[in-house]
Amino acid sequence: MTTDGAVLHALAPELERIAEEPYYHAAGGEAALFEAAAVKRLPVLLKGPTGCGKTRFVEYMAWKLRRPLVTVACHDDLTTADLVGRYLLAGEQTVWLDGPLTAAVRAGAICYLDEVVEARKDTTVVIHPLADTRRVLPVEKRGELVRAASGFMLVVSYNPGYQSVLKEMKQSTRQRFVAIDFDYPPPEVEAAIVARETGIAAETAEALVRLGGLTRNLKGQGLDEGASTRLLVHAGHLIAAGVPARSACEAAIGRALGDEPDIVASLDDLIAAVF
Amino acid sequence: MSRFTVAELRERVDRIFYFDVSSGRSYESLIDALALLPRAKQDFALHWAAVAAQTHLEIGYLVILQAAEALRRMAPAAAEGWVISALDAYDASGIRAAVARLRDIDGFLAASGEPGSRLSLAAVEGRLARFLQGLSGRPLRVAAGEVPWTDTETVFVPSGIDAGSPEASLAAYKAIVGLLWGQTRFGTFNADLEAAFTQAAGEPSGERHDRARNWFPALEALRLTACVARQLPGLGRDMAVLTADLPTDLPGVREDLARPEATVAASLDWLSRLLDRAPPPGGLRGEVRPVAAGRVRSERIGRDTEILRKAIAGLMAALGRQGAGDDTMDIALETGSLEVELSVDGQVVSLPPEGRAAAESLVQDLGLIPPECMTPAGPGEWKPTDRQDPGPTATMETHADALYDEWDARRGAYRRQWCHLYLHRVAPGDPAFVVDVRQRHQPLIRQLRRRFEALRGEDRILRRQPDGDDLDLDALVAAIGDRRGGAEPGERLFLRRSRTERSLAAAFLVDMSGSTKGWVNEAEREALVMLCEALEMLDDRYGIWGFSGWTRTRCDLYSIKDFDEAYDDRVRGRIAAMEARDYTRMGPPIRHLTRLLARQPARHRLLVNLSDGRPDDFGDEYRGHYGVEDTRQALLEARQAGVRAYCVTIDRHGADYLKRMYGPAAYTVLDDVRKLPLKVADIYRKLTS
Repeated sequence: MTTDGAVLHALAPELERIAEEPYYHAAGGEAALFEAAAVKRLPVLLKGPTGCGKTRFVEYMAWKLRRPLVTVACHDDLTTADLVGRYLLAGEQTVWLDGPLTAAVRAGAICYLDEVVEARKDTTVVIHPLADTRRVLPVEKRGELVRAASGFMLVVSYNPGYQSVLKEMKQSTRQRFVAIDFDYPPPEVEAAIVARETGIAAETAEALVRLGGLTRNLKGQGLDEGASTRLLVHAGHLIAAGVPARSACEAAIGRALGDEPDIVASLDDLIAAVF
Repeated sequence: MSRFTVAELRERVDRIFYFDVSSGRSYESLIDALALLPRAKQDFALHWAAVAAQTHLEIGYLVILQAAEALRRMAPAAAEGWVISALDAYDASGIRAAVARLRDIDGFLAASGEPGSRLSLAAVEGRLARFLQGLSGRPLRVAAGEVPWTDTETVFVPSGIDAGSPEASLAAYKAIVGLLWGQTRFGTFNADLEAAFTQAAGEPSGERHDRARNWFPALEALRLTACVARQLPGLGRDMAVLTADLPTDLPGVREDLARPEATVAASLDWLSRLLDRAPPPGGLRGEVRPVAAGRVRSERIGRDTEILRKAIAGLMAALGRQGAGDDTMDIALETGSLEVELSVDGQVVSLPPEGRAAAESLVQDLGLIPPECMTPAGPGEWKPTDRQDPGPTATMETHADALYDEWDARRGAYRRQWCHLYLHRVAPGDPAFVVDVRQRHQPLIRQLRRRFEALRGEDRILRRQPDGDDLDLDALVAAIGDRRGGAEPGERLFLRRSRTERSLAAAFLVDMSGSTKGWVNEAEREALVMLCEALEMLDDRYGIWGFSGWTRTRCDLYSIKDFDEAYDDRVRGRIAAMEARDYTRMGPPIRHLTRLLARQPARHRLLVNLSDGRPDDFGDEYRGHYGVEDTRQALLEARQAGVRAYCVTIDRHGADYLKRMYGPAAYTVLDDVRKLPLKVADIYRKLTS
């Protein structure tokens, strides 16, 4: 059994400790708000379009607050068991394995549920008792009530731009959180971020950011979203690796944003206009 | 095949035209024009004359007269394009334009050029429109015009360009729209141009004035190309072709206008010094039309000012302040990127999106935000505009909520922006109607509800899965038993929960034409009540619309229940108030609901159409073949957009057109209107289970 135990131990979710300061360019008072929420043990909701820096912000805060970080990317098949834990078979016995949420609750970590609206509605309900003053996680299968360690903090993110009723957050869930708004940074800041992340020249970064702005103008005209900061960074990396600017943008931005030939052609037009 | 004899031609021409000799036209000239042509050309001329005559007799007449010449100079496929372009011209600007287009075979050939290198606007219109949307962030429409110019809201470009290759033609289109966008973005109209021309010429009209007017676009093209190239070097390169033809001996002009600080005033300054020279032809640079642009621009400025002031008022109210009185408000402008930053008492505040868009639009028009725009508007509901989405664009003056293309089967082409759709809400009627229907059909409704209840998506537990939420104890016991007994134990030991979700949006489109008056209308309303009662058992998103209309310029769509609305007393009242109105033009409402459905967040989209027979509208044109074909086309479009259409029609005669018309959709024909109420709910159940 000891060998089985060792295997299981290796299977237990790993808590990420962020040793080096992640690069994060503050847009306003979000870090101070987050810290205050951490002190007062309030859960935090990060709202904003995809690729604008929400995940990076959480990593930065985890580093700053010196807490382990557990990140769960939510999807529509995510079940309660995936978050809380499940019994596994070891030989002829069953062994309990904590899910990432339970592990974070016990260890006093920051648990970050990325794109929480993607998860099934019945799944999100398990976070309710964690997100109010009770700060407990009921583990039904074990009949256990796990009390959150003092450092535990629940952070969820969601993208209000989806506009889909199926992807809306229930009031009963959202009204438990302190909400922080995120958006793409102002052009100068965004250019500085792109330049810093990729090491490309400032003028090239500015051109990429200008292109980002043009694609965001197309939102709702066949595009669900314009190019995110993340996509601009991808394009910057390709350029830094020696790919010509136009090809880099067509691959990292044009093709990434749309599939329809018409839309891709329009994006290529904008790329050709900028470079 | 031998050519038609004069007698045969007379008979065929007679079938197409019915004007009398007194109108100044005679069959003889037509027959003369055809008599000596080979049979294939006779067939072409007669066929297209018949097609064109359905739009306007005069066009058909001219097609025959000009056919010989057209077919001598171009292939039949190109000649078809020649006729269709004339019909398009008729749709857009009337009979004169159509006649001019038919007579101008030279012009058509010049515009169409060698097949393969000519690019027509229709082929790139959407692409250019998106390009402009990307550049400006405010809507700028694209439309065909005789010469390139802009009124600052619509960009008029040639209907076709031949620059030697499709790529070069596309680049030329982009250069033109880039220039016209540049005019609105970099302040070409930010001066009193007419007055400036007069001042430069020293006369309010005459040759020097004309020269000023014609030099100005060339100078602005130099300046704007430089402006654009600073931010968008790629587009700047494309635009360089626009000024390549300008004389090289313009000392200092290019350099001066390329300065970053050069404004429209710099271009105007040069005018007086160039008036001794003949201006270069406009070409792709086109014209500047100050009067038309000024009118549109000042209307927009008024509108934007209003929106901005209301946005600021809303903001001040949110900040808990009354008037602007003792607050210091500041707007900081980032001229490069149009970023507008508003601060109140030194504190940065963010405008709502509508207000920000209005402020950015004002900066594009005026270069700054005048102080009067920053006084908050008086109290009043914050309502930027009731019609955020104007739908497809149009150059024609209209107040319609949306414009839709219509398929003209005779031409084998769409008539662009042809149908004007208006959206209405039905004023609620007497809810007693619904109460009465519910009472009369109580047992039936109960039965329907039970059937619908069975459709609800529920969790199912899948046993013996390789992975899952929980252990499948039965499987586990069996596996342990197998192992003890020395057999190979199974590996599928888990339970998984799987939910069959109904992700479905349905739109019901109900015929409210005059022919439904009486029994049919009554049955339709009953059907809707029973449907709603049954649908309340499900979570499906559904909406109900009625339609009617009178010619293509007034297609009415009545909203009974939107997708987001609950089935409440208001909806019940509206169902009761549905009444028979005018005609049945089915294409526009089908196209509109297809568009609404496409926006619904559902995996399956369903359009159910209730009608009482063939599409019909005022005037002979639509009735019959045309209407059937357009409806068929609209249903085809729906299918391409991922919408499943189903048609329920009440037609005792079971006419043969149904199969053709509803071909792209599935359909049911009811011979008895009394079956409708039960049938509609039942069809829905079958379609969605």
